Amino acid sequence: MAGPTIGGGRIPGWGIVRRVLRTLGSVTLTFLGLTVVTFFIGRVIPIDPVLAIVGPKASNETYDRVRAEIGLDLPLPVQYWRYLLKVLHGDFGTSVITSQPVLRDMLDVFPATLELAVLALLIGVVLGVPLGVVAATHRGRWQDHLIRLLSLFGYSTPVFWLGLIGLLLFYAKLGWVAGPGRIDVGYDDMVPTVTGLLTVDALLDGNSEVFVNALRHLVLPASILGYLSLAYVARMTRSFMLGQLRQEYVLAALAKGLSHGRVVWVHALGNVWVQLITVIALTFGSLLEGAVLTETVFSWPGLGLYMKNSLFNADLNAVLGGTMLVGVVYIGLNLISDLIYPLVDPRVRGQRR
Amino acid sequence: MSGVALRIWLLHPAPASRRQARLGRWYRAWRGLSRNGLAMAGLFIVVALVLMAIFAPLIADRAAVTTQSLATRLQFPSAEHWFGTDELGRDIFARVVFGARITLTIVGLVSAIVLPIGLGIGLPAGYFGGWPDAVLMRLTDIFLAFPRLVLALAFAAALGPGIENAVIAIALTAWPPYARLARAETMTRRDAEFVQAAVLQGASHGSILFSQIVPLCLPSVVIRLTLDMAGIIVTAAGLGFLGLGAQPPAPEWGAMVATGRQVLLTQWWVATIPGLAIVITSVGFNLLGDGLRDVADARSA
Repeated sequence: MAGPTIGGGRIPGWGIVRRVLRTLGSVTLTFLGLTVVTFFIGRVIPIDPVLAIVGPKASNETYDRVRAEIGLDLPLPVQYWRYLLKVLHGDFGTSVITSQPVLRDMLDVFPATLELAVLALLIGVVLGVPLGVVAATHRGRWQDHLIRLLSLFGYSTPVFWLGLIGLLLFYAKLGWVAGPGRIDVGYDDMVPTVTGLLTVDALLDGNSEVFVNALRHLVLPASILGYLSLAYVARMTRSFMLGQLRQEYVLAALAKGLSHGRVVWVHALGNVWVQLITVIALTFGSLLEGAVLTETVFSWPGLGLYMKNSLFNADLNAVLGGTMLVGVVYIGLNLISDLIYPLVDPRVRGQRR
Repeated sequence: MSGVALRIWLLHPAPASRRQARLGRWYRAWRGLSRNGLAMAGLFIVVALVLMAIFAPLIADRAAVTTQSLATRLQFPSAEHWFGTDELGRDIFARVVFGARITLTIVGLVSAIVLPIGLGIGLPAGYFGGWPDAVLMRLTDIFLAFPRLVLALAFAAALGPGIENAVIAIALTAWPPYARLARAETMTRRDAEFVQAAVLQGASHGSILFSQIVPLCLPSVVIRLTLDMAGIIVTAAGLGFLGLGAQPPAPEWGAMVATGRQVLLTQWWVATIPGLAIVITSVGFNLLGDGLRDVADARSA
């Protein structure tokens, strides 16, 4: 289907408008899908929410009254509509454990998760991309095989196990890093919370002691997650680079007399970044969802640990709230990579899909 | 038939029968795979795992999986207990061996759910096109954009912990790539001449899908599945580690790592050995999947 035309030519910019509208449409649909799924999970849970409030000894009248109060007697679509409105207002209910609004709890713990994920992603990209490039330019040689084995081990290893082994080696045996947790107990609350990122807050406060301590706690989980991200980033970079190095422009640039290094690292890699954006967004997403396992292993007080603890205290509001939050970030990451794509790659700009 | 004659028969460019063609295709794939050392290592690991699961009672003592012996708890690996004993004095070797059964059961059940859903959505979408395609693919995209582990976690939390629910949770989040793959494969074939021939012969849509298209989709779907196995195993182990998978005393590897966590700093082997079992299994499936994909790519290229 073609866009509106003026005198036979397409209106300039119509393609990008279409693209944005399309993306927004699919984001809305995905978000609605996410709410349907969390709503459904909330319904199928075997615990009777009314019973949880009134207790087993309540009379039938009390039971029915409470049931009507929380709206469980309404038809399912109406209940869903109410749920959707609440979610849109950021109301995920109250946590049973902390008796605070779930949203507030999540905002409290999310920076810890973010700090870990961002550092891990940095490590993964800064090391993973060059490794992938080297593997591609040395295809079939020992460098390629070594990097391939390194990433194979990375995406085959469960994060919770690697975390435990890391703690055993680098904390217990070698004493290079600090143990589980985000900071030693003695340093708790020593710097004012500004960003929620402990290392940044310590720097802002000029408190080097807290900074060093926080960093010593951060470095092991971040390195392990960084390694796992590196595995995926390097593998994808390698396959994207191989695709580019086969192109004729590479041959043309070499024939023109450009140095091999310049062709590989500037020309070919420059084209690969476009594809890598999606990979990086996906990696960040998997770091966030993997937080449940990582944070359990490292007793890291972030969203993952919050969800895990809620899970085992039947705090369904908190679990579903966390699922929503991670889901929304996921959708956001997809959206960003979709929207950045045409900015980085002029070929996609205005192109109809 | 001598070996050479057999090979010539298998590689014959104009097979005389359907059976010869099929066996020849298998043989060519096998030749491609067997030249790839890493893929063969992967195949070896996977076959060894399957054999270990089937013959578990011959390799280890079934009773040792659950027999507790507090007097001999947390023992270092020895001639009697090859992998040592856990916090309840159970033999870790026997538990790892029998744990292979749980892992393979999970993988098998997830595949058994994911394949029908993926094909059931992807085939009609690719074959009919138009609005069924739009609706089905939108649904797939929605599920594809979900955080897999977190959703599996929420499902497992809602349905209650247990191996069946872990399987359902993983399967519900794992099918979308298969729907996309089946759709893409179907679209490249729906206008093929052999499909038109079948239409002219009066074949129904259903029979065309099942007898003409499904067999051609299966190889790429199976390769994708092999590559996904490692992810499924690691996710299942993660749910087990969190206590949402197989329940004690079942010897599930992830759950075994979780119990070993309490004694990690003093008795490292309790958590390390079941974890190694997960890693080796997952490496095996990844190597095999990579190799199969290379063989398929070489054929289509």
